Amino acid sequence: MEYEIVIGLEVHSELSTKSKIYCTCTTEFGGEVNTHCCPICTGMPGVLPVLNEKVVEYAVKAGLATNCTIAEYSKQDRKNYFYPDLPKAYQTSQYDLPICKNGYIDIEVNGETKRIGLTRIHIEEDAGKLMHDEWDTGSLVDYNRCGVPLIEIVSEPDIRSAEEAKVFLENLKAILQYIDVSDCKMQEGSLRADVNLSVRPKGQKEFGTRTEMKNLNSFRGIIRAIEAETKRQIDEIESGGVIVQETRRWDDNKGISYAMRSKEEAHDYRYFPEPDLVPIVLDKEWIEKIRESLPELPEARKKRYVSEYGLPEYDAGILTSSKALSDFFEDAVSKSSNAKAVSNWIMGDLMRLLKEKNMEAEEIPFSGEYLAKMVALIDKGTISGAIAKKVFDKMFNTGKDPEVIVKEEGLEVVSDEGALVAVVTKILENNPQSVADYKSGKEKAFGFLVGQAMKETKGKASPQIINKILKEELDKM
Amino acid sequence: MELHELTAHELGELLKNKKVSAVELTKTVLDRIEKVDSKVGSYITVCEDEALKRAKDVQEKIDKGETKSPLAGIPMALKDNMCTEGIKTTCASKMLNNFVPPYNATVAKKLYDQDTILLGKLNMDEFAMGGSNENSYFKQTKNPWDLERVPGGSSGGSAAAVASNEAIFTLGSDTGGSIRQPASFCGVVGIKPTYGAVSRFGLVAFASSLDQIGPLTKDVTDCALVLNAITGHDPMDSTSINIEYPDYTKALVNDVKGMKIGIPKEYIGEGINPEVKKSILDAIEVLRKLGAECEEFSLPITEYAIPAYYLIACAEASSNLARYDGVKYGYRAEKYTDLLDLYKQTRSEGFGDEVKRRIMLGTYALSSGYYDAYYKKALQVRTLISKGFNEAFSKYDLIVGPTAPTTAFKIGEKANDPLEMYLGDIYTVSVNIAGLPGLVVPCGLDSSNLPVGLQLIGKHFDESTLLRVGYTFEQNTEFHKNKAKI
Ligand SMILES: [Zn+2]
Repeated sequence: MEYEIVIGLEVHSELSTKSKIYCTCTTEFGGEVNTHCCPICTGMPGVLPVLNEKVVEYAVKAGLATNCTIAEYSKQDRKNYFYPDLPKAYQTSQYDLPICKNGYIDIEVNGETKRIGLTRIHIEEDAGKLMHDEWDTGSLVDYNRCGVPLIEIVSEPDIRSAEEAKVFLENLKAILQYIDVSDCKMQEGSLRADVNLSVRPKGQKEFGTRTEMKNLNSFRGIIRAIEAETKRQIDEIESGGVIVQETRRWDDNKGISYAMRSKEEAHDYRYFPEPDLVPIVLDKEWIEKIRESLPELPEARKKRYVSEYGLPEYDAGILTSSKALSDFFEDAVSKSSNAKAVSNWIMGDLMRLLKEKNMEAEEIPFSGEYLAKMVALIDKGTISGAIAKKVFDKMFNTGKDPEVIVKEEGLEVVSDEGALVAVVTKILENNPQSVADYKSGKEKAFGFLVGQAMKETKGKASPQIINKILKEELDKM
Repeated sequence: MELHELTAHELGELLKNKKVSAVELTKTVLDRIEKVDSKVGSYITVCEDEALKRAKDVQEKIDKGETKSPLAGIPMALKDNMCTEGIKTTCASKMLNNFVPPYNATVAKKLYDQDTILLGKLNMDEFAMGGSNENSYFKQTKNPWDLERVPGGSSGGSAAAVASNEAIFTLGSDTGGSIRQPASFCGVVGIKPTYGAVSRFGLVAFASSLDQIGPLTKDVTDCALVLNAITGHDPMDSTSINIEYPDYTKALVNDVKGMKIGIPKEYIGEGINPEVKKSILDAIEVLRKLGAECEEFSLPITEYAIPAYYLIACAEASSNLARYDGVKYGYRAEKYTDLLDLYKQTRSEGFGDEVKRRIMLGTYALSSGYYDAYYKKALQVRTLISKGFNEAFSKYDLIVGPTAPTTAFKIGEKANDPLEMYLGDIYTVSVNIAGLPGLVVPCGLDSSNLPVGLQLIGKHFDESTLLRVGYTFEQNTEFHKNKAKI
């Protein structure tokens, strides 16, 4: 039987505000254990929370950038459960009145655009971290992350494949980075996802029973978990079993998921309105102001790259997939008259080097301006394409101005015809066989001779001029 | 009269005119504590050294003319659920027996800023849950009028300390009557301000949407002075209201002519002790004679106030008290097998019965499947109660009635009947539910020579009207001059 997968995602993203959601502690990552906390975020008796207004602003930005309706009235609620990483024994979150609802993100898979609905986005606080490993006799708790603001983005069950899930997450990540509300660094846990998944026979209207997989924190892990869970559910059904609604824990090392003990998941969170905080009431005008302040989003940029610079859709898609990469392109293009070439260098050599060195686009060691300069050097004929590759590598490794590199290493194209005639004469003398081959009609030999001449000049000669001189000299023979 | 018997405003004059020094006054009150607290049991912690040191510092400021505070040099004490930096804050619970906060509650800071002298921390029902101080982990505070009787609660220590002159004034907290009922039982003045008028930052929470801090004093003038010191917007408390707060001493005007006073029929009907009722009606008669227009009216759904109150308060408490888990601070069970057991043992051993009862009740009321029937219903009742008061206040300037159905009862008398204890809150809880201010002033003694307190309920942020009526009543009667003989 053919099955259809139905996926809904709950994505937690850490907001990049400077201070925590209910106190003034820093949100900076790292730091000695329990140094980024205070009586408020460690839930000491008698302390009270005060909502960081930036958190509201960032959440509203995220909502507007994902086409949500922003609630003019929303409230915060307590989600009650006991765990040592949660010092108040409740997480302040939003239950029935979230700050954003009914949005969507468009994704493109296999050349087709599809709309993935967003049920809601709400604000909440992160918990601390338990450290089990180092101690045999007990565990230690680090409250540094406690009270770091998060938004939870809940999608509709509109996703139908692992690939769609991946593209959805990539787009979401790009959007959050573009509007500068989250750095989305997965390795620091600032983007995590829970996956709700069910399968059903193709054509069936009703959803199958779903399972929930918790806290996946890499794109690769999410894809693998989706694939494995899909297979598990189909196998179960095929072998006559039934799917149990349950929470499962994904083990990324082993590539399998486990059902969590029912005790672990049987939470009754006893949500109720947080009495220490007042409702969030937003002014229409303020919301509009935030909307106007939003920067150009990835989708719009992509379209503009195609229409304005004539880039292929694919290239435009890659360039805009990361804000840092796109900003780099913008920087370069603003100083260049050859957008196409700039794009090609980024898509080719830059992406290759980043991959080789395991670096992120944020870490590109030179400015867009330098890339623009380098493209200009090629376009003006100051350096050849072959030399440019060397210059580019050098620029990547040293961060130096390409003009300086070219000057220091004497890489300008040699266009002095007298000097090049001497080179060509020498090549012809050294390769009589090739000359004979050429004369007997073997065109290939010409290419070999050009290559030799270029080699002799270490690539600095203009290939056009070499071609011309070589033709002339051969004709003379 | 001895120094410790005087009011804050009388002592303020003496201090200002150098007739007495802050050190001398503080010593006198400390001596008084030394002398009577073994009988009354108001204090959990007495900070003698700190108090004397502070008194010395404050006297220097007075001498140099560096303080303008009318409360400068006045010895006072705080209920032990208000955090005091470096001084144990126990909530009268085994759970926080060893807890020393690294921060001050906003009210503590404000009173320090007013150059008052902190004498110590006062006994209470554990986590402010109770109306008799029988729920303290440490000891039973006794009523200074009759040591066999309860002082009321939960701010029993705060009321007893003022009544026995072990402090010139104190602060209590009031979630369902916890300032007003002990004030009534101990024959002192007490006010629960409007919700949001006094910062709750640093007040160990019982029920966040109902808790409010207020003063217990010897007369209405002192009440106004202390209110001036502690009201005001606090950016650390999101529920604190940012408005211009009046000078409450301006309300101390001896005149109630033309004032419209409503008396809820439900408050003087069934269930009230006849002697208490008589005192209240007599007091109303006094106000009528002074020119106030008094009439009875019906305050609907009064009978639902108690269940609604206990559902809301317990629901919030179940969440507020969940943090006491033995992980971070406070008590931790010595023996446990795993994490869950650590929680179970710690909370079983660390909390007293009444606290556990309320945590269970609240947990139940918030559980899925029961939420709509209990918690949500209670919130609906809350809305209706507020509506009832709003309607009343469209006709009346204030509402007057009893504080509690009885005077102070015997220790142990109701200890085994929580429900009867809860019913004693009938006239006070609605005020918290609606977030209104409520002032209690002494208005008589019953045949056992126990005080009765008259409760005045006002519009939101209209403490001034309550103080004015309370002051007028005081100026025209002698009830506030009755003192416990201890
Ligand atoms: Zn903090």
